[in-house]
Amino acid sequence: MIHLANVERVFQVGESEVHALRHVTLHVAAGDYLSIMGPSGSGKSTLLHLIGLLDQPDSGTFELDAVAVAGLDESQQARLRREKIGFVFQFFHLVPRLTAAENIELPLMLAGLDLAERRQRVDAAMAAFGLSDRAHHRPDQLSGGQRQRVAIARATIMRPAVILADEPTGNLDRAAGHEVIDILENLNRQGMTLIMVTHDPELGQRARRRIQMIDGRIENDSGAPG
Amino acid sequence: MRPLDLLMFSSRAATANRGRSLLMLLAMAIGVFSVILLISLGESARLYVMDQFASLGTNLLIVLPGRSETTGGPPPLLGETPRDLTLEDALALTRSPAIRAICPIVAGSAPVSVPPLERELMVIGATAELYAMRHLTMGQGSFLPPGDPTRGGAVCVLGAKGKSELFGNRQALGQWLRIGQRRFRVIGVLSSTGVSLGEDLGEMIVIPVATAQSLFNTDSLFRIVVEATAPEAIPRAKDSILSIIKARHEGEDDITVITQDAVLATFDRIFKALTLAVAGVAAISLVVAGIMIMNIMLVAVSNRRGEIGLLKALGAPRQQIMRLFLSEAALLSLTGAAAGCLLAYASIRMLSALYPAYLIGLAPWSPVIAVSVALTTGIVFGVLPARRAAKLEPALALSRR
Ligand SMILES: Nc1ncnc2c1ncn2[C@@H]1O[C@H](COP(=O)(O)OP(=O)(O)O)[C@@H](O)[C@H]1O
Ligand SMILES: [Mg+2]
Repeated sequence: MIHLANVERVFQVGESEVHALRHVTLHVAAGDYLSIMGPSGSGKSTLLHLIGLLDQPDSGTFELDAVAVAGLDESQQARLRREKIGFVFQFFHLVPRLTAAENIELPLMLAGLDLAERRQRVDAAMAAFGLSDRAHHRPDQLSGGQRQRVAIARATIMRPAVILADEPTGNLDRAAGHEVIDILENLNRQGMTLIMVTHDPELGQRARRRIQMIDGRIENDSGAPG
Repeated sequence: MRPLDLLMFSSRAATANRGRSLLMLLAMAIGVFSVILLISLGESARLYVMDQFASLGTNLLIVLPGRSETTGGPPPLLGETPRDLTLEDALALTRSPAIRAICPIVAGSAPVSVPPLERELMVIGATAELYAMRHLTMGQGSFLPPGDPTRGGAVCVLGAKGKSELFGNRQALGQWLRIGQRRFRVIGVLSSTGVSLGEDLGEMIVIPVATAQSLFNTDSLFRIVVEATAPEAIPRAKDSILSIIKARHEGEDDITVITQDAVLATFDRIFKALTLAVAGVAAISLVVAGIMIMNIMLVAVSNRRGEIGLLKALGAPRQQIMRLFLSEAALLSLTGAAAGCLLAYASIRMLSALYPAYLIGLAPWSPVIAVSVALTTGIVFGVLPARRAAKLEPALALSRR
């Protein structure tokens, strides 16, 4: 469902050019579980942003569900993000003034769903992620693990096809980290494609397919054909 | 996104940062407050003056010596007087069927004394007609007796202030006083009904017009006040005044006839222009408020980069981000404008309670103007920050670098 071919991403930093991605070719089947590892600055986040339509390649092609993304306008891309992609970040990115329930509701509200349906879906998600007793707490009243669970609930409330997680455990202690990975793997088992960037080799090894990146290149791909 | 959700989201974003929002509200409230207050005061002043004019009577025309270049305009400020208006000119006007009454007027100031006291008063030479024309009221005694205007008499009618300055609490009626070297008997005292169009009736002393002419040693008149038979007769009265005087002045058009309408219209224009001018000055404070809004919203956009990136990651298109920030600016502007309206309303209530005579009231359209200007300002100055938010690169906004 994800087809990247010969993708390049070059950032202009002052006078010099930074090649964040060099000739990246990657095909991901629906329902797959990928981990992306590599040293800091190797282009992992940039790759994830491209797949999540938060950034555009400078060259190469990218197809999502057999649709060439380059041909879509801004609002069509936004629609794809809204409907097909769920992001999970290292720093959670919860809106501080909104409660846990309201943070989870945000994508439904942006999509313009009616109130009753929103309420019902949020309640179900809170129950599924063990957050029911935290519904009216603000992010600063939650533990790191709880915050990331809220973020995952928000990322999946629209039932996306793909979850993109950028170091989702990077800011959590071991126990909370494992809990979060369990949740993500569980979602993958339910059919969502999971692509996860991680620093932790132990967590990386759990993925069905493992990708190693160095200096903007895919150095090693355990699931590459041939 | 539903409109109600949009509203809720922006209002919560606006209230999340109290200090910032209060600052914005204050700026907007002050701007709106001053616009409404100044418009209302200007409008009240206009109405007050109009009211004063109306109390003079609406059928009046005033004939001045000298010709004004622009017809229908305001009276000449420095009109040269090629030919004087005389008492005979004034009496000739009564021939016109459109004219009900005339009152020739001579004016000048002179020392008035009741030994040992002496005051400089405005001496008005007039006839009995002045009483009805100017809606005067008597405190004591009676006004000048009707009779032949060419025959004078040693009688006078005192304004209330002149009476108390010269006689104090003593009886003035029937007493004698001196104007210049001549002796006059007081036959009446005007009641103290304030100011009429800047002329303080209290400081005036009225004597027969012929006597005033010999007192000031002149044959000419200061003006002639003419009362038309009806408001509809005013144009006819004006025409006949012009033709009668022209015939008497060897074919020269050397007078100016002012109708109340023309004066009223001129004052109306002047006051409206003044009100607009002060409102324009006050509107500058709204622009200042707008610039503040822009600044504060720009800071908000840069503080909330993470949130904006997140909204984009969740699938909000540019247009929606733009709408979120615009409605936040609009909401703050509107709230500020509402506060300004309330403040202005309260101040006007207070002023009108303190000065009931001046008919101070809220100009009915001023809140509409002020609020729509405030809203427009908020949105116009909110566009730049909102566009900046909408254009933010989400990948960059989400990474903490
Ligand atoms: N918006 C940007 N502007 C300039 N340089 C960038 C930008 N985003 C990423 N980079 C650079 O691209 C390279 C890859 O970054 P990134 O994908 O964030 O690496 P990783 O997530 O693997 O640590 C780094 O050298 C980084 O400095
Ligand atoms: Mg990274």
